[in-house]
Amino acid sequence: MDTDQSNSLEPVVVTHTLPTILCCTCGIPISPNPSNMCVHCIRSRVDITETIPKQITLYFCKFCSKYHIPPSSWVYCEPESKELLSLCIARIRGLNKLHLVDANFIWTEPHSKRIKVKLTVQKEVFNHTILQQSFIVEYHVDYQQCYDCRAKSAKMEPWEAVVQVRQRVDHKKTFYYLEQLILKHNAHGNALSLKTLRDGLDFYFPNKSAALQFVEFLHRVVPVRMKNSDHLVSHDPHNTTYKYKYSFSAELPPVCRDDLVCLPKKVSTSLGGLGPLVLVTKVSQNLCFIDPWTLQTGEFSGYQYWKNPFSSLLSCRRLVEFTVLDCELTGESQGKYAMGDVTVCRSSDLGWTDRQFYVRSHIAKFLKSGDIVLGYDLENANYNDSALDAYRSLQVPDVILVRKTYPAKNRAKRRRFKLKRLEKKKQQQATTTAVRDTNNDMQIDQHNEDEYDNSQDFEEFLQELEQDPEMRAQVDLYKKTNEDQVSTTQNSEEEDDDDYPQVGVEELLEDLHLSE
Amino acid sequence: MAVRCQFESSSEVGVFAKLTSGYCLVSVGSSENFYSVFEGELAEHIPVIHATVGGGCRCIGRLAVGNRRGLLLPNSTTDQELLHIRNSLPDSVVVQRCEERLNALGNCIVTNDYFALVHPDLDRETEELVADVLGVTVFRQAIAGEALVGSYCCLTNQGGLVHPLTSIEDQDELSTLIRVPLVAGTINRGSEVIGAGLVANDWSAFCGLDTTSTELSVVESIFRLRDIEPVSFMDQAKASLIENLA
Repeated sequence: MDTDQSNSLEPVVVTHTLPTILCCTCGIPISPNPSNMCVHCIRSRVDITETIPKQITLYFCKFCSKYHIPPSSWVYCEPESKELLSLCIARIRGLNKLHLVDANFIWTEPHSKRIKVKLTVQKEVFNHTILQQSFIVEYHVDYQQCYDCRAKSAKMEPWEAVVQVRQRVDHKKTFYYLEQLILKHNAHGNALSLKTLRDGLDFYFPNKSAALQFVEFLHRVVPVRMKNSDHLVSHDPHNTTYKYKYSFSAELPPVCRDDLVCLPKKVSTSLGGLGPLVLVTKVSQNLCFIDPWTLQTGEFSGYQYWKNPFSSLLSCRRLVEFTVLDCELTGESQGKYAMGDVTVCRSSDLGWTDRQFYVRSHIAKFLKSGDIVLGYDLENANYNDSALDAYRSLQVPDVILVRKTYPAKNRAKRRRFKLKRLEKKKQQQATTTAVRDTNNDMQIDQHNEDEYDNSQDFEEFLQELEQDPEMRAQVDLYKKTNEDQVSTTQNSEEEDDDDYPQVGVEELLEDLHLSE
Repeated sequence: MAVRCQFESSSEVGVFAKLTSGYCLVSVGSSENFYSVFEGELAEHIPVIHATVGGGCRCIGRLAVGNRRGLLLPNSTTDQELLHIRNSLPDSVVVQRCEERLNALGNCIVTNDYFALVHPDLDRETEELVADVLGVTVFRQAIAGEALVGSYCCLTNQGGLVHPLTSIEDQDELSTLIRVPLVAGTINRGSEVIGAGLVANDWSAFCGLDTTSTELSVVESIFRLRDIEPVSFMDQAKASLIENLA
């Protein structure tokens, strides 16, 4: 018999049948569970939803059909939509202590102003016993006007603070650069709208703190002078509330990169006898100058500048094209600049007269015969500057070379990068209620805006970016997509510059497009 | 009759008392309430004594194990405590100290007057000592996968209450070994630590104050504490259910 058993190696199946025990409170036979209580008893003893409010008020703006999300946003939701459900669930307090399993709407009459949501939640009660429970939360939809509608119906402008950035020069390059800085640092995140004017940009903000934040940003990137003014809109003596509109006027110095500046005597002395005729190499928080004859450099903070403001003698609009005939380095160098003697003639003179200029220049390192270079033609220039008059014995040279340039071609087609632009709101929104706005004004503004976006200045700004890696480092460049590049492929062969600087692909960012 | 009681607002009466058919040990509390419950029920039949084990430790029920014939104490018991217990108990009870690594003997061993279940990891010497001192047949067993048989089981000569998750097959096996009926149940409103919530001997039982009437009726029927003819559990359950609904 033993051998029989050992021969038949059948696995012994051990079964475990759970016993039936009595529910410890009501005595119903149940199979054991961690709390050893029947479900009804557990239900009757604990209500996991007792901390959750069963009636909640939702605020709804009947003018724009948006629901309120505290503290201050309003969103449009379709009835019984996912968005509305998530909004409803987000309003339930204490739900984070439970595990939400399911949620769905229960149909209600649309005009009943009630929304019912059925929720199923789980929670651990006692030791390791998880109880699941379903319950209904009723939302009472109350009307409340949203901020936008209130502003609209009260004929208020939505903004509370405006930052007016101004620079009184005859081109927009500074603003293009500033725009890129703003985009890169997302400084305009809080701005409601943006308006272009003749001498600058207006940024509208919903509150003062957002405007101040933007002003702080401006202080960090440009030498700026601030002027504040408050305009009292309304005043309630009963609860002493005042409503102001705040204006911040930010003025940028009328001195730009590549401008020729005659430093006032005081400034020149404070910079160690620099100049007095200097070129502006950089405008950031500080102004940077270089003396093109001595390679001496100087830096001037915005604060110092606004104590002794000065304007440029000749601005970059007055740059003239010269052709390099000969270039000899003298050996002196500082940083990226090297001194040299350059023989140039006006590009416009070629073939007409034989006038040549023998110029000492700080950019000789970058030049060779045949190159085209931009410079100030002081011989023919007509300027009127009190600072220059102060230097009686100063001999003004005939030509000052500023920067190398390249033959004028349509480079836009070959450009591999693009820049993002700030979304400028149409004028109507910001100014519909302003009294001064007549139709004529609006047309002019519209015209200005188009000019701002599409002018030749912007193309020049892009070329400057291409030619100056330092400047490029400050802004975000984006890859052109295939659609952008369709037009570029056709006639790319005919335009080949050998030495035109290329923007490396590694500098470009991939643009993100979200579409439905 | 089964009695509900409480030791200093704790319902774990099995921790603070050791009850056998021959004697009852009760730990020393700040008040005499707990002791007087036992004294009132048992004093005319068996000695009820105050005792501590292991240098004043009050959880005597978890540290000591015994039956009508003998009492085993852990090695932490001081000589004085041993002497006190030996003097207070009748001479027929053998009191012995046990050199066991698992010194919470009450948790590791459960016994009636004829059979004992012990923790599977217990020393061979201890097993022999249990057999000798308590005069029982020893089985190494676990209850519902729990090695601490003393904690999850309460045993008398009439029957036994075991952990609620003990499968029916295990219950059958155990009751064949120790030859008394067993039932799975709870004590102290759903607690599965039977040994901690309940002490019982052949004619009385004491359980924690949280114990519900259903649990109490299970205890009374399995340990045959009622004078009346025991009825089946299902009948009781139905009766209590009807009572509840009514």
